[in-house]
Amino acid sequence: MADLSVNIAGVPFKNPVIPASGTFGNGREYEQFYPLSKLGGISVKGMTLHGQPGNPAPRVAETPAGMLNSVGLQNPGVDHFIEHELPNLMTKDTVVIANVAGHTVEDCSEIARRLDSTPVHMLELNISCPNVKQGGAAFGTSCQNAAQVTAAVRQATNKPLMVKLSPNVTSIVEIAQAVESAGADAVSLINTLLGMRIDLKTRRPILKNNVGGLSGPAVFPVAVRMVWQVANAVRIPVVGMGGISTWQDAVEMMLAGAAAVQIGAAIFADPYAPVKIIDGLNQYLDENGIARVSELTGAVRPW
Amino acid sequence: MNYCQGQYPLIQKDNLAKNIYSFTILCPEIAEKALCGQFVHVKANGFLLRRPISLCEIDRAAGTIRIVFEIRGEGTRAIADLRQGDLVDLIGPLGNGFTLLEPGKKAVLVGGGIGVPPMVQTAAHYGKNATAIVGFRSANAVILTEDFEKNGNELMLCTDDGTLGRKGFVTQALKERLKRGPADIICACGPGPMLKGVVELARQYGVKCEVSLEERMGCGVGACLVCACKTVKDGQEYYKHVCKDGPIFDSSEVIFDE
Repeated sequence: MADLSVNIAGVPFKNPVIPASGTFGNGREYEQFYPLSKLGGISVKGMTLHGQPGNPAPRVAETPAGMLNSVGLQNPGVDHFIEHELPNLMTKDTVVIANVAGHTVEDCSEIARRLDSTPVHMLELNISCPNVKQGGAAFGTSCQNAAQVTAAVRQATNKPLMVKLSPNVTSIVEIAQAVESAGADAVSLINTLLGMRIDLKTRRPILKNNVGGLSGPAVFPVAVRMVWQVANAVRIPVVGMGGISTWQDAVEMMLAGAAAVQIGAAIFADPYAPVKIIDGLNQYLDENGIARVSELTGAVRPW
Repeated sequence: MNYCQGQYPLIQKDNLAKNIYSFTILCPEIAEKALCGQFVHVKANGFLLRRPISLCEIDRAAGTIRIVFEIRGEGTRAIADLRQGDLVDLIGPLGNGFTLLEPGKKAVLVGGGIGVPPMVQTAAHYGKNATAIVGFRSANAVILTEDFEKNGNELMLCTDDGTLGRKGFVTQALKERLKRGPADIICACGPGPMLKGVVELARQYGVKCEVSLEERMGCGVGACLVCACKTVKDGQEYYKHVCKDGPIFDSSEVIFDE
């Protein structure tokens, strides 16, 4: 049995597999399939300062090897999370990552401040949601804004701070370096790629929001490339995500430089995907005589 | 509540009408827990997203469920391509169910097109006390009438073009039925405009009404929040989710968009 544990920004994870924010709610639904303690951690549904209703339906569309979504951060707000979800989650013997998604720098700081006094293990600052009009990706597409919001949240909390990056930028490396300089303890990438589909009969976009975020296997090679580039340019840990569906994908993402991985759309196809990936990683390490999963991180041998 | 996910044998496949298929699937663990009005989330080979399909029949003794669905696009086509003996990857049973009153109560089940299948099991519960009002475009699209007859239900069959049964929409037949005598509950599934008409009649006649809604779905279990439907409570509008809060909703809380 290989050592699957990893440490990210001082937070120990029993294994490197984490369901991605927005795909796993607050864990309650998937607990009906398996104990959450199997997971390395959970990145919970993104929270805003006040609740918000989200976008009109349809919010999802199939794409070749993937899907588009335009949920628009529907959530009941940070206080609801702290009061009604966090106490339950903290009993599940897994790392709890609060995904913070404010509309303004002040919102983000205030959410972080409220979470600072809770037992939550880690914050993931989402500066990359493509589905809300203000905030979200607006922070994540310029180095200056990304650094500003990161610095403000850094000041508001002593919790380990991971910043989730948008791929919809000219240079994700520069954004990653900007948030590292501003005090991020880790980065996670990639959020979804902005996309669109149109119904031929109605000539209307399938999504009521017209555009939405692409995820699923379609984005995997893009994610591997970006994780590789970022991991080579920053000193903080990189958590890789984007289209990982199998343990082989997870190994590939770690070889590219990820210290841990997040699993998203694959869970919709197979609720057990995270558990199967953990089991597959374990078997792969054993079969190849690799003692620790962390040895995979950045072990790619580039040409 | 706990969900089952697995691969279950397709033991009977029938083509009921053009592009409409009936699957009987052996899945005792799902059949055991399933309620009228719930759905299963069906894997379409080659596609990321599953397709939600309502239960048409539940046979606990045989350990089977039956789903009847229409080919709407490539995903449902991939499901329809499965052959008898193949395994079907299902998550279920999901969502809530129709309120089931005592079988002696008078129920009216209204289905339009591919909204008809979810009515069969509920109609069976009420037997001769149920009126099944089913509507189709044309005679060649008519399905499942023998199932309602087998249930002992009163059947009011409508086609848009009058090629079978009465000519016209289910709402006309529903009005006639409600004029004729009292009803304790109306359950309905079908296209939005039809549901809107049914809900309006239920309101006029003061009959409790539940509707089964459909929306493009992601996880199917309430985590991803994509299958939003607009609802209202105490004057406050908000998005509920078809997969977990539904697919059955009390008609008083649903807002039908144009």
